[in-house]
Amino acid sequence: MPTFQLKINGETHTIEAEENTPLLWVLRDQIDLVGTKYGCGIGQCGACTVHVDGEATRSCLQTVSVLAGKEITTIEGLSEYGTHPVQEAWKAVDVPQCGYCQSGQIMTASAFLNENANPSKSEIRDAMHGNICRCASYNSIEKAVEVAASKLS
Amino acid sequence: MQTSKTIKFSRRSFLQTSSLASGGMLIGFNLFTACKADIKPPEDLSLLNYNDFNAFIKISNEGKVTIFAPNPEIGQGVKTSMPMLIAEELDVAWKDVHVVQGALDNENFSRQVAGGSQSLRHGWLPLRQTGATARQMLINAAAAQWGVLPSECSTKEGLISNASGETLGYGDVVVAAATLPVPEDVELKDQKAFNIIGKDISNVDIDEIITGKSLFGLDYKREGMQYVSVLRPPAFGQVLESFDDSATRAIAGVNDVIKFGNKIAVLATNTWTAMQGKNALKAVWNQDTKAESTAFHDETLLGLLDGNSFETLRKDGDVKKAFADADQVLERTYESPFMPHNCMEPMNFFANVTTDKIELVGPIQTPAWTSTRVAELLGRDESEVSLQMTRMGGGFGRRLYGDFALEAAEVSHLAKSPVKVIFSREDDMTDGIYRPAIKYRIAAAIKDGKLTGYHLKEAAINGNMYGLIPNFFPAGAIENYQVDVANYKSNITTGAWRAPFTNVLASFEQSFFDELAQVMGVDRIQLHLDLLQKVKGTTDERIQYSPERLEGVIKMAVEKSGWGKSSEGIYQGFAVYYCHNTHVAEVADIIMDNGIPVVKKVTCVVDCGVVVNPLGAKNQVVGGVIDGIGHSMYGELTFKDGKPESNNYNTYQLIRMGQTPQVEVHFVDSDMDPTGLGEPTLPPIGGAVANAIYAATGKRLTKQPYMKNLDVEKVIG
Repeated sequence: MPTFQLKINGETHTIEAEENTPLLWVLRDQIDLVGTKYGCGIGQCGACTVHVDGEATRSCLQTVSVLAGKEITTIEGLSEYGTHPVQEAWKAVDVPQCGYCQSGQIMTASAFLNENANPSKSEIRDAMHGNICRCASYNSIEKAVEVAASKLS
Repeated sequence: MQTSKTIKFSRRSFLQTSSLASGGMLIGFNLFTACKADIKPPEDLSLLNYNDFNAFIKISNEGKVTIFAPNPEIGQGVKTSMPMLIAEELDVAWKDVHVVQGALDNENFSRQVAGGSQSLRHGWLPLRQTGATARQMLINAAAAQWGVLPSECSTKEGLISNASGETLGYGDVVVAAATLPVPEDVELKDQKAFNIIGKDISNVDIDEIITGKSLFGLDYKREGMQYVSVLRPPAFGQVLESFDDSATRAIAGVNDVIKFGNKIAVLATNTWTAMQGKNALKAVWNQDTKAESTAFHDETLLGLLDGNSFETLRKDGDVKKAFADADQVLERTYESPFMPHNCMEPMNFFANVTTDKIELVGPIQTPAWTSTRVAELLGRDESEVSLQMTRMGGGFGRRLYGDFALEAAEVSHLAKSPVKVIFSREDDMTDGIYRPAIKYRIAAAIKDGKLTGYHLKEAAINGNMYGLIPNFFPAGAIENYQVDVANYKSNITTGAWRAPFTNVLASFEQSFFDELAQVMGVDRIQLHLDLLQKVKGTTDERIQYSPERLEGVIKMAVEKSGWGKSSEGIYQGFAVYYCHNTHVAEVADIIMDNGIPVVKKVTCVVDCGVVVNPLGAKNQVVGGVIDGIGHSMYGELTFKDGKPESNNYNTYQLIRMGQTPQVEVHFVDSDMDPTGLGEPTLPPIGGAVANAIYAATGKRLTKQPYMKNLDVEKVIG
């Protein structure tokens, strides 16, 4: 079985996997980073969102073979103590209901705000549209992104 | 039912242990939870069997308080709100409380269930009683130590004081308190004295959730655990004839392939490999029972509605005569499809079956029932089964059924290894236990400008409505009233789906009343208020709803939504409903965007009695509303030749942020005992939306999903 070097949250991991293995499952099963979630496996729900070189990426669609030399950030690496402004905003607004989709929501929001620190309401809605929340905490997610944006700008 | 302040308990009602090995006191008190809405606690709580109730408080010698949350957490917030009730009466500061998910405990927690929006309703008095009794025992211990009367002592946030100003912390007296007799007749706080209940309290797991800690069933790991992907019949009614697993076994990392019943388990070293292994299986299936399609379901259900073989669930007066005598009859047929639950976390469960014990870990709404079934399945004693509940990535009723736990247990037993069964999204959407497809025929008889008859007929796949629902509105308001049900037994499995039995009925009923008002030439709101007026003071004990409380939410919704005064281009639709003990009224504001209706805002008024945690409560209200909009507008699972025609989100639409309205929530100010919120705001919203779409387009929607049955091209405006 081939081996791959993956740089995740600043640390290099050597893992053994078939080359078509999605990053999502390597993170969860081999590296024990279970914060990144499985929702659909086809890039439709956003629960698996991580950052690859700072860009929000669906880890269920990224195979390990294409990630050499890239900087991968997962929810666990977004901040050391959960104090990224997006995480703080999520706390202030008390966003989660079941909580399962929220890692993906936070990763999408943080990448988005990095590009656009002062978004309009409709820009926020467009940016977050790719992340499904089955509990429908959407109003709170929207509010939290606004709160985070106000802290960042 | 007003909150009673003093409750009598027998001594036996407390299971009390003396000091724990690690120090401190553990107080057990049984908590009754039920998933059926028709179970009511009696007015006199001393009549209850206290072996059914349980809650734990652990107080260490240092005064640290651990409160065990008894019920499964599916996102409805009970892991936060139930401990709040205990902490309030115990009189500790919330910041000093550590909440731990209680495990299934067959002796003390005998009915831990998440379902029916009943957790707070049933826990309200018993949990407060637990806290209050513990507090009294701590006071009694301190008083004994000081040589004063307990009545001369008071508490404040974990500190006991006497008249002389001396203080002792709870931790200082907890060991002594544990040996004291359990007091009876402990008084509960007056609501005005609440410090925790009624305050915004954050989700107790928020820190773990936002930093991606291991919380959910899918996250759970055990050394030596094998990952299992199961091949199940691709169509309902099929049986496994034969299979070829050679390609599967050739995959590196696949450890074994085990047939069990009508299914095949692939065991592997990780999830991806297990899934690949399952996909490489070549199986031959025989169609054993009928391969059903949606066309067949539609024809069958319409045939039932047209026919005469109904079971009558409620009959008041003579609807036949009322319809024969009517000046005018309004009759409509409403249709709704099958619906998968689509919990964001797919089904999964861990099991480790060994010769001396069975360990179960995972997301489950019915831990006790599931443990019993696992023991039965394996021919083992229930005392050998332990079940640890993980947090759940949504339940919505799907995780009541425990089928996934049974699979894990069986595979673990056969493989003699700890295993975790993981459903892919495709497995999850095609495995069944759906909300059934249901059709309604609703008819009203009008004579001399009055509503004289109402006949509700339901035709469902496998069955839906049960005894209590026919006693909801408009029962009691119309003299000649009848509810009939018929069903077709299918091989497609069905089950409870958030606000079961009412989640579709409410929308259609509210659409019907909207049209009825129009046909009768009366104001929509006034029609409801007039009907409710007739029910006030009723002696019919079967009536489930409160006409006064429905009236209350209607009036508040009219006021808060600006009903009848919306700006140009905004069309409003109204709905009001009682279910799961809670009264709700909703107004949907929509606009038409190039002929497509877009819900911009919903005003939701809720009467749920005391709002225990306003922050959590609002989440549930908003979540229910948006969930209801999404599924009534977009949700549909169709079948062809026994196979579900959609199995993932590329072909199935769940509501997303871009389609979400802003939901404005208003709680009726009340000191009545709390009722649930996990479900009640969902059922009526589809009706409010359909009524708003009528206001905008002149078209009555009678078939869900609404967006598919809108005839967009024919829309006006």
